[in-house]
Amino acid sequence: MLDLKNLAFSAADKIILDDFSMTIQAPEVHALLGTNGTGKSTLAYVIMGCEGYRPSSGDILLNGRKINDLKIHERANLGITMAWQEPVRFEGISVRDYLTLKQKDEDPSLFLEMVGLSPELYLNRMVDKCLSGGERKRIELASILALHPKLAILDEPDSGIDMLSTQDIVNVISAFKNNGSSVLLITHREEIVLIADRASQICNGKIVCTGHPEKVAEYYKSRKCLICDGDVCTYV
Amino acid sequence: MSDINELMKAYGEAGGDRAVLENKEIAHLVASGHAVLSMNSVEGLEVDARETMTGISARVTVREGVKIKNPVHLCFGVLHKKGTQKIRMDVRLEKNASAHFIAHCIFPKAEKVRHIMDAEVEIGENAEMRYSETHYHGPYGGIEVIPKSVVKIGNNGRYFTDFTLTTGRVGRLGIDYTVEAGEHAVTELTARVFGHADDNIDIKEKVVLAGKDSRGIIKTRVAIEDDAVAEVTGITEGNAEGARGHVDCMEIVKDRAVAKAIPIVNVTHPLAKVTHEAAIGSVDKRQMETLMSHGLTPEEAVDVIVKGVLR
Repeated sequence: MLDLKNLAFSAADKIILDDFSMTIQAPEVHALLGTNGTGKSTLAYVIMGCEGYRPSSGDILLNGRKINDLKIHERANLGITMAWQEPVRFEGISVRDYLTLKQKDEDPSLFLEMVGLSPELYLNRMVDKCLSGGERKRIELASILALHPKLAILDEPDSGIDMLSTQDIVNVISAFKNNGSSVLLITHREEIVLIADRASQICNGKIVCTGHPEKVAEYYKSRKCLICDGDVCTYV
Repeated sequence: MSDINELMKAYGEAGGDRAVLENKEIAHLVASGHAVLSMNSVEGLEVDARETMTGISARVTVREGVKIKNPVHLCFGVLHKKGTQKIRMDVRLEKNASAHFIAHCIFPKAEKVRHIMDAEVEIGENAEMRYSETHYHGPYGGIEVIPKSVVKIGNNGRYFTDFTLTTGRVGRLGIDYTVEAGEHAVTELTARVFGHADDNIDIKEKVVLAGKDSRGIIKTRVAIEDDAVAEVTGITEGNAEGARGHVDCMEIVKDRAVAKAIPIVNVTHPLAKVTHEAAIGSVDKRQMETLMSHGLTPEEAVDVIVKGVLR
């Protein structure tokens, strides 16, 4: 479904993605595991097409179509979307409106229930700074579910002060699976990887290991990275 | 079409509900230019409105302990292309009274119109007043609106005002509000304005926290595009023990528009505290990217963000 071929991306003379290649099949939940600063979020922005994140070389192919030149909304309309690591707040936009930005005919209650939030308590609240970090993350995930994407990129749903529990993430991933969506699950916690169908470890902007989640998690813990020999992909 | 029918048509188009003016349980005052077109009062509310050489003079009193059940509707407008309307309002809420006023100010054809509002408001002890004011200035921008009000809130009193001008042109707007809060009094001033073309917006709001444990917030939301200019001055004085105030200004700027925010904080008592925040800039990039990742075009994303800020 999504093929990333030999991607290169640098910022401020620092190489962040280096000849990066990876494939996400349809449908699958693919976990991308790596420590902080290895290029995980950058990869998400590159796939989504964020401003300033155009790869200097390599191809991003969605079902065989090169999408390097497409803008964010054009990629979104092809079925790629993303739940941000720290979702932004919006003044004056209710949760109900936020969940129906694009899918006007959908019942937003269903998607709130999928992420463990009560529609009665949340639909009329604003997506602003009155929500806690955890509530905002859940609402972002609900909004992504409402889009019925072909590929949902979830950037560290398990990070931050109000992190979601492993069980929360299992529930959300199940909802995406039931929707028929593929998921790229970005994380730095190896226990989260185990809920995926496949996993890859990223280090220094390269994939160093891909395969069964248990195998990748063990590899991550053992610090046997062939690229940095454990100097960079330290197990935290 | 008679003046009142024409004004009511414009009132309906500007979002007003015409049915409320036919309901005898709802107080209202409708004035076009220098003429009072319709008026209704309810028990406990006294309205004395007179036509003057230049406009309307009205005295509104809510008697002690009276809580007006339904909002009081005020509708002021100038239906002609040219003209001047001066409104003089004296509003008094006596002790323990409460009322909510909903004002519509409508100038649908304004090409050279001046609307000057001069209000004095006195809110008695433990009384509460809400004043929601929505303006529609039409599509031409040929209007100057200068609302000025001086509000005094008694001990334990509450005053909330909400000014909205987000549809059509602004023209030239010069808001000048001053509110003085007594002991344990609470006030919140909110203004939302969307300026286009060569609109000129000047908003000056001042809260004086004069009483012990008084509270005040000034919240301003302005979006401007094309060649519009805006200057927002939010002043809060903390002059008593336990007084708490906050000034919150956000301006979104597009195209060649120019915005300025001047938060002024003045604290004269060591146990008072006043804070401020002001943000001016183009539409937030992360907000844009988030909405675009939901499939909205850049234009749709800007529209959603601006409408949200002005809501």
